[in-house]
Amino acid sequence: MAISREDIEKVALLARIRLDDSQVASLENDLGNILNLVDQLQAADTSSVEPLAHPLDATQRLRADEVTESNQREAFQRIAPATEDGLYLVPRVIE
Amino acid sequence: MHDKTVAELARDLEQGKVSSVELTQHFLDRIKQEDTRYNSFITVTEDEALRDAKAADERRASGDATPWTGIPFAHKDIFCTNGVRTTCGSRMLENFVPPYDATVTARFRSAGAVCLGKTNMDEFAMGSSTESSYFGATKNPWGDNHVPGGSSGGSAAAVAARLIPAATATDTGGSIRQPAALCGVSGLKPTYGRVSRYGMIAFASSLDQGGTMARTAEDNAMMLNVMAGFDPKDSTCIDKPVPDYTATLNEPLKGLKIGLPKEYFTDQLDSQMAQQVRTAVSEYEKLGATVKDISLPNTHLAIAAYYVIAPAEASANLSRFDGVRYGYRCEDPKDLLDLYTRTRAEGFGEEVKRRILIGSYALSAGYYDAYYLKAQKVRRLIQQDFIKAFEDVDVIMGPSSPSPAFTLGSKTDDPVKMYLEDIYTIAINLAGVPAMSIPAGQINGLPVGLQLIGNYFDEARLLNAAHQYQQVTDWHTQAPAG
Repeated sequence: MAISREDIEKVALLARIRLDDSQVASLENDLGNILNLVDQLQAADTSSVEPLAHPLDATQRLRADEVTESNQREAFQRIAPATEDGLYLVPRVIE
Repeated sequence: MHDKTVAELARDLEQGKVSSVELTQHFLDRIKQEDTRYNSFITVTEDEALRDAKAADERRASGDATPWTGIPFAHKDIFCTNGVRTTCGSRMLENFVPPYDATVTARFRSAGAVCLGKTNMDEFAMGSSTESSYFGATKNPWGDNHVPGGSSGGSAAAVAARLIPAATATDTGGSIRQPAALCGVSGLKPTYGRVSRYGMIAFASSLDQGGTMARTAEDNAMMLNVMAGFDPKDSTCIDKPVPDYTATLNEPLKGLKIGLPKEYFTDQLDSQMAQQVRTAVSEYEKLGATVKDISLPNTHLAIAAYYVIAPAEASANLSRFDGVRYGYRCEDPKDLLDLYTRTRAEGFGEEVKRRILIGSYALSAGYYDAYYLKAQKVRRLIQQDFIKAFEDVDVIMGPSSPSPAFTLGSKTDDPVKMYLEDIYTIAINLAGVPAMSIPAGQINGLPVGLQLIGNYFDEARLLNAAHQYQQVTDWHTQAPAG
């Protein structure tokens, strides 16, 4: 299945990845080839098959609703690109 | 000293023939001398290693040692290590120093093992050649112009080159077994959920599994004894008793039923490779095993299903890398969208971007049912193939890779060609069963791997079968020149 430039640009925006024109052109080819490979799936009869999301069919384990973590804000913020007064800094969002 | 296995080094340490400090210094010296050729390490932690080796010697002197106390090893750079840079092979995490240990890291630490550093890998474990690492490609010790396989190529090359006796690794679609095969070492991917994924940087959460890489099955068993077991921090980790994997290594194989899937021995398989695998299987017959032809009829759909499911999960997992809380951030972002889009464009390599885009596409409105849901249904068919096969046989055998190590750069321009390198390993991850690769021959001086696939939680049987083969063959003792 072919994938259009518009589709690639749309998905790149959804995925928050900036692409330049030359990258879009090369992705058109690569992603088209990958989708051709993936299209083999359509030949499989799965009409009465349940999807398998977890290899052991396990369901999410629950735990008691208790606080188990300690406050490690300083340790976590030490590795952040930009912080101030215990907050993460990003470019201004609200003018 | 570097030719010894973990088991042999543990005996030497116990008998006082060598100290951990001596051992650690020896391997550090080897890494310094040799790794300029292979690039198997991203980070070498000399000071921490010597400090830990000293502590291990003191612990041993006080009579409080485990078999791992003082043993040098390395972690794949996907496992978070408290205070030590953890890059996942990416520019995105080039300077990331985690403030916590992965559960696997913590378990080796509490066993007293000495970590000498972090091994190279394909970026975010996406690849079959360790060429997509931001820190440069790793070279195969059996041939400098050949790839070591991927994504755990750094761990495989470091063990093969005797720079380290063992290393951790991870396997999402074959990333332990394929590099183990291409580098002539033994590697085990346990059952999904057998080893905690906490602190292992996520690629595809329903497929990722931490595992082991060493020269022998016995050493893999010793590693799994440390790594396996329930972890309340990982909700996908299974709460099931862990056997002593070394206890059953010497059990005889008489009566073992081996299945050979006809789908693994088609014209697509290199004829010399097929011959090597059949020769290895005949060794098992001499050991008392019986062989039966079986069928895994949906094998041909595994790569297609994987390249929907893995990228879909990757697109979600890698959304956390946004330049806000940790990792790379672009220079002077003009607004929030600019911060996100440039950070991710500059921080991720080409293969990672490709997979995020494919995953986002497969999950997007209008395509979800046709791709993602369909792939999850095919995944069930693939799992049922294995369940049915294990009603008749104990172990399934086949090749670990379609051919020996290919040359550097020969597949980097064609992602689909690269994806086909995992043709014999991917279905195992989709089903979640355990499998391992052991050295079982050579073609033109390059190693060949035999893959052993087991039923759920049957790692002990795989290790037993691999160990018995290694008692009557010497492929696992062969080392590359140098």
